[in-house]
Amino acid sequence: MNERKIGGVILSVQNISLAFGGVKALTDISFDVREHEVRAIIGPNGAGKSSMLNVINGVYRAQQGQITYRGQVRKDMDTHQAAEQGIARTFQNIALFKGMTVLDNVMTGRNLKMKSNFLMQALWWGPAQREEMEQRRKAEEIIDFLEIQRIRKTPVSRLPYGLQKRVELARALAAEPKVLLLDEPMAGMNVEEKQDMCRFILSVNEQFGTTIVLIEHDMGVVMDISDRVVVLDYGKKIGDGTPDEVRNNQEVIDAYLGIAH
Amino acid sequence: MSSLQVFAEVLIAGLLTGIMYSLVALGFVLIYKASSVFNFAQGAMVFFAALTLVGIIELGVPFWLALLLTIGVMVLLGMGIEKFVLRPLVNQHEITLLMATIGLTFVIEGLAQLVWGTDVRRIDLGIKDIPIEFIADNTGILVSQLDLFAAVVAGALVATLAVLFSHTKVGRALRAVADDHAAALSVGIPLQRIWGIVWGVAGLVALVAGMLWGARSGVQFALVFVALKALPVLIIGGFTSVPGVIVAGLIVGASEKIAEFYVGPMVGGGIETWFPYVLAILFLLVRPEGLYGEKIIRRV
Amino acid sequence: MFYREAGKFRTSYAQDAQIFPLGLDKVMVGALLVFAFLIVPNIASQYWLIALLIPWLIFSLVALGQNILTGYAGQLSLGSAGFMAVGAFACYNFLLRVDGMPFLAAVALSGVCAAAVGIVFGLPSLRIRGLYLAVATLASQFFIVWVLDKFGWFKNYDPSGVITAQPIVILGYLFDSAAEKYVLVAAIVGVLALAAKNMVRSNIGRSWMAVRDMDVAAEVIGFRPMPVKLLAFAISSFYCGVAGALFAFAYLGTVEPSAFNIDMSFRILFMIIIGGVASILGSFLGAAFILLLPIFLSVLFHTVFGNAVDASMLSATELIVFGALIIFFLIVEPHGLARLWQVTKEKLRLWPFPH
Repeated sequence: MNERKIGGVILSVQNISLAFGGVKALTDISFDVREHEVRAIIGPNGAGKSSMLNVINGVYRAQQGQITYRGQVRKDMDTHQAAEQGIARTFQNIALFKGMTVLDNVMTGRNLKMKSNFLMQALWWGPAQREEMEQRRKAEEIIDFLEIQRIRKTPVSRLPYGLQKRVELARALAAEPKVLLLDEPMAGMNVEEKQDMCRFILSVNEQFGTTIVLIEHDMGVVMDISDRVVVLDYGKKIGDGTPDEVRNNQEVIDAYLGIAH
Repeated sequence: MSSLQVFAEVLIAGLLTGIMYSLVALGFVLIYKASSVFNFAQGAMVFFAALTLVGIIELGVPFWLALLLTIGVMVLLGMGIEKFVLRPLVNQHEITLLMATIGLTFVIEGLAQLVWGTDVRRIDLGIKDIPIEFIADNTGILVSQLDLFAAVVAGALVATLAVLFSHTKVGRALRAVADDHAAALSVGIPLQRIWGIVWGVAGLVALVAGMLWGARSGVQFALVFVALKALPVLIIGGFTSVPGVIVAGLIVGASEKIAEFYVGPMVGGGIETWFPYVLAILFLLVRPEGLYGEKIIRRV
Repeated sequence: MFYREAGKFRTSYAQDAQIFPLGLDKVMVGALLVFAFLIVPNIASQYWLIALLIPWLIFSLVALGQNILTGYAGQLSLGSAGFMAVGAFACYNFLLRVDGMPFLAAVALSGVCAAAVGIVFGLPSLRIRGLYLAVATLASQFFIVWVLDKFGWFKNYDPSGVITAQPIVILGYLFDSAAEKYVLVAAIVGVLALAAKNMVRSNIGRSWMAVRDMDVAAEVIGFRPMPVKLLAFAISSFYCGVAGALFAFAYLGTVEPSAFNIDMSFRILFMIIIGGVASILGSFLGAAFILLLPIFLSVLFHTVFGNAVDASMLSATELIVFGALIIFFLIVEPHGLARLWQVTKEKLRLWPFPH
């Protein structure tokens, strides 16, 4: 095991309820996330996991409840505010910018670090040019870290699925986030790709100290790399604890086996 | 004449024009409902249909035969469009398809000009553009016979299509196709035949619209701009709703005429050229999906 | 075998980010510039300058504006001609009403006016998208032309309705020959094209493309949709406005709203479709194509059919060919002529080897 220091609570959701029309996606969910930990959210399909991530970073607005992030209590956050506050994420169905190359996609992740305005960029004048090169250097560090140097100039639409997911991770990392929300980062990957992805996620957590909240279906992965786990089912929380505690929770077992409760 | 009478006259004229806009917009809705394609060329089709009808009649063919022939031409045109323009572009972005139909507009306009020339033609439907005596005598309001006839025909057509869509097997198939092509295929709906039908019906609607507009204002190139007016109607009504198109057409027609009549003289006229579009923007800001359109929920 | 990349290593990011990284490219562009600015004005005929080169440059500029808005930022706009009109009339009025206003300043200010109008009509893009936005931009097109036409102040209450553009005087020097106007237009367009290329490869360009490709993800990364979209409208309209001013002053010689109609807006859209959306080079190629096509057809018809062809048949055929080509390009090469050029260059890099 690693010897990271897990810090205090950095993010906590309290009594979050979310509904779409008549469909209740989340009902009264509360849990917290500690700094530097790897927190997994698991549950059968349709349990509301993606919706939970979407609420955390502002894509959906919860009807009830609140979120406390880095000490600030708020009812909701705009997505770009979440980004400015250091939350980054990846999406289940890959939300890369299909019209751009890998390098450009990763560079978009550096957006919030860019200060020059459009006029300076239009002139490609000193400060703007230096900033662009500096950000390029930072982006290349991430590209090196995730071992995607060879494809940096490839349009992302031409990449295989597994590599696209990695590029999306690179883009999220480029923002140097405090909290990284990963929505099924290993979906659709084969065993080797999964191992690579696990390795990267753990490295991110160990080297940069990034807090990771991830949704994952592969139980092996979850048990292996998470510090704590939240279990959702039909929009409700049915388990919360270390992987071992959750694994032995009867309600969780029932949910996965499809036994009505 | 009292100001109330004047207002009523302007309002009625506007409403009647509005139904005509609905008729043109109807063609758009049909195609959009069935194939999610926004057929920018609908206006050109209206123009082409009217021109073809008049052209055939001028060749000495009797009216009803000419009508049948024109229907045939429009159906063929529709099927040709589906096969040569839409099918190759079937999975592209909707903007790409839109731009293709803009290109199509130019092709049809050019074709019309090439085959039939550029003279203005008149269509004589046997109904004159004069005030209806009964109404004029009793209320002092002037309502054109032709306008009313056009409105009734348009209204009847729209109502028929609305019923067909919701209550027949073909109508259901059309709605299925509009929703999800692949799913419709998988339940055995013959996609290409459906599209053929839709484009054929759209062509028919274009023909009726062309005839009515042509009888009112002559068959001339400006007809294509009338079609552009149908766009605000679509926006206000919602791209996929037949009743929406009727209501929206009435709104656009009435408001445009009233604005022109009352505000126009203060600014030198011409308000009609832009008023419906600005109205559409305002609508969009308040109700982005239109009055009856489907609310788009975007899932991430 | 000349157009090689092998052996040319870039040792800094700055080198990698150059617009023309290959040595041969740099030489060719240099030669092109020398040719364009020094040789052409002296050898080109009046016809070439007035009927071809000047309008091509001006339309390339509008196409650049349209490309920024529609190609890079993904906001479908059918109102570019309207913004050109704003530029043209603004320039006229600045020169008319402000004593001693320098021409270039007037042109720049006209661009700014067009940008301001562009921002106003771009506001709907914050709530509506795609098709709906296109129709909203039609509103801007019709409304702007109507305002400029109806309110006599813009035309200085000129009774004839057709205003002559003032002569172009910069630092005391009168630009009135075709060659002089050509050099001026070429310089302005060249500078703005370079600015566009710089913007497009910087953060601002990426912000536009991000919003175009997936605006939800763009927001998640921290791009605020409002400034990004409005900036696209503003800059695009600036380009269209400057082009409009040049159109009136360096090409037509008159300032009239009817020149900037919906037909022109469509043509501008076609320029970027055929030339290549989201491509600086494509804007130039597309403008050339749209301008040259009618001339080419006209020549073709007259050679083949002699004088049996009348004007209306010709214009009808032109419409058909235009439309058919649009459809053809969309089906066969949706990325337009610019992509064809890119493919050619890539083949040149390999030549004489097949792969």
